[in-house]
Amino acid sequence: MIRAVNIKKSFGGTEVLKGLTTTFEKGKTNLIIGRSGAGKTVLLKLCVGLLAPTSGEIMYGDTNFSQLSKRDMRAIRMEIGMLFQGSALFDSMTVEENIRFPLDMFTNKTKKEKLDRVNYCLERVQLEGNNSKFPGEVSGGMQKRVGIARSIVLEPKYLFCDEPNSGLDPKTSLLIDELIHDITIEQNITTVINTHDMNSVMEIGDNIALLHQGRLAWQGNKDMVMDSDNELLEEFIFASPFLQRLRKAAVGK
Amino acid sequence: MNLNFLYHFGRYLILLRSALTRPEKFSMYWKETMRQMNDIGIGSLVIVGLIAVFIGAVTATQFAYQLQDSFVPAYYIGYIVRDSTIIELAPTITCLVLAGKVGSNIAAEIGGMRQKEHIDAMEIMGVNTASYLILPKVIAAMVVIPMLVCLAAAISIWGGYTASVATGLITDVEYIQGVRSFFEPYYVFMMFVKALVFAYILTSVSAYQGYHVKGGSIELGQASTQAVVYSDILILLSDYVIAIILTM
Ligand SMILES: Nc1ncnc2c1ncn2[C@@H]1O[C@H](COP(=O)(O)OP(=O)(O)OP(=O)(O)O)[C@@H](O)[C@H]1O
Ligand SMILES: [Mg+2]
Repeated sequence: MIRAVNIKKSFGGTEVLKGLTTTFEKGKTNLIIGRSGAGKTVLLKLCVGLLAPTSGEIMYGDTNFSQLSKRDMRAIRMEIGMLFQGSALFDSMTVEENIRFPLDMFTNKTKKEKLDRVNYCLERVQLEGNNSKFPGEVSGGMQKRVGIARSIVLEPKYLFCDEPNSGLDPKTSLLIDELIHDITIEQNITTVINTHDMNSVMEIGDNIALLHQGRLAWQGNKDMVMDSDNELLEEFIFASPFLQRLRKAAVGK
Repeated sequence: MNLNFLYHFGRYLILLRSALTRPEKFSMYWKETMRQMNDIGIGSLVIVGLIAVFIGAVTATQFAYQLQDSFVPAYYIGYIVRDSTIIELAPTITCLVLAGKVGSNIAAEIGGMRQKEHIDAMEIMGVNTASYLILPKVIAAMVVIPMLVCLAAAISIWGGYTASVATGLITDVEYIQGVRSFFEPYYVFMMFVKALVFAYILTSVSAYQGYHVKGGSIELGQASTQAVVYSDILILLSDYVIAIILTM
């Protein structure tokens, strides 16, 4: 379980997060939603220590992550997998080398064991056979999936995904959502996902946090979305007239 | 200006402090060090050789001109070419050039990784990036650059031979007699000290410039330029300091 307690974060003079408290639960896919620029990526980076909060705490269980020394932080990070919004694949390495990198760095597995693990991860993101391509040679959506494969290769306890399905078609998008959801439940890990995607919200939203203007505007699960009265949530989820009509038909309001 | 200098110096020390830790995985560091040795060493052979030939040739030709009509024996040309290249020209000029070639490359490589979030991605995996990205480069350079400098000195002396003997300034017997006169092994020691220090400076300063890059391609270009400029300044400064210390 990860808790963000009264997190504030400013860049220069602008305060992006203004005292945010929320909990990401274990064994669940925790979603962070919010408009573009709401601070989702910033929150995710605070959680993994790539940014330091101006004030407030990030707690991993009972450990105050924000106050750890670099070395202790690294120990926790070995249990973290993260997918970056821009994938952040190492572009002078092949797909296989990218996914193998954490294995090379942190395990003593044999060549064969590593290759098996890499191929297993590639299979899970439906990219089998793309081992020797370079990131520049595959599509944006495929890069995302390679990024996911790399983030799960070490069987992390905490998985962070920054918009795992932006740039994917609806079908692949769904597959990726299901994959992340399955892994979360199989391994009983804490997963945090930033997303804009309404399908994801309705499919895998075990615990949803809506960010608005630096604060937590709403928290709940996918079953609570439909009959929530929260205006911000409504505005965000049922953004198009089409969806508003659908909702009217379904719930009657 | 002074505060700015202190800020960078402090941050540089902090970066080096975190670079000096036990590797996560020795074999990965070893592999990276080997790759860097190849890049820096083999990759710089041609340019270093080319420069060295001309250093020797120019030194020989100019001293021959200065010694004309003097009472200094002609074989002194060989002696002067040997000592000036070993003590000063081979280590300094080679490393100034390598700061341009290797230093800018290091700054651009690390800076690019910073901008494309590769460094962040590695950090999240638990890799000590300060160490993994910098240590192998510094070590590789400190092994390979002294070799290059040594080679440069040898080639320079040969360049001096070609320029002075082939053009008939002196005979080959005289040149070789000069090269073999008054030899001080201590000068070779000085050459290696300089090469080691310069190698360290040009890699660590360039890595520092790249590691803290922000912004976009303009800043990356600036970092790469600054890597060369600061390395060059520091190399010349330390050249002077080493000269003072080692001749005391
Ligand atoms: N390093 C930074 N320096 C200054 N401002 C920043 C920095 N990173 C983010 N911001 C600001 O913080 C705000 C939130 O950015 P963030 O990237 O978290 O948005 P987001 O919710 O992830 O948006 P999107 O859905 O478009 O990815 C933005 O206004 C952005 O300008
Ligand atoms: Mg974002």
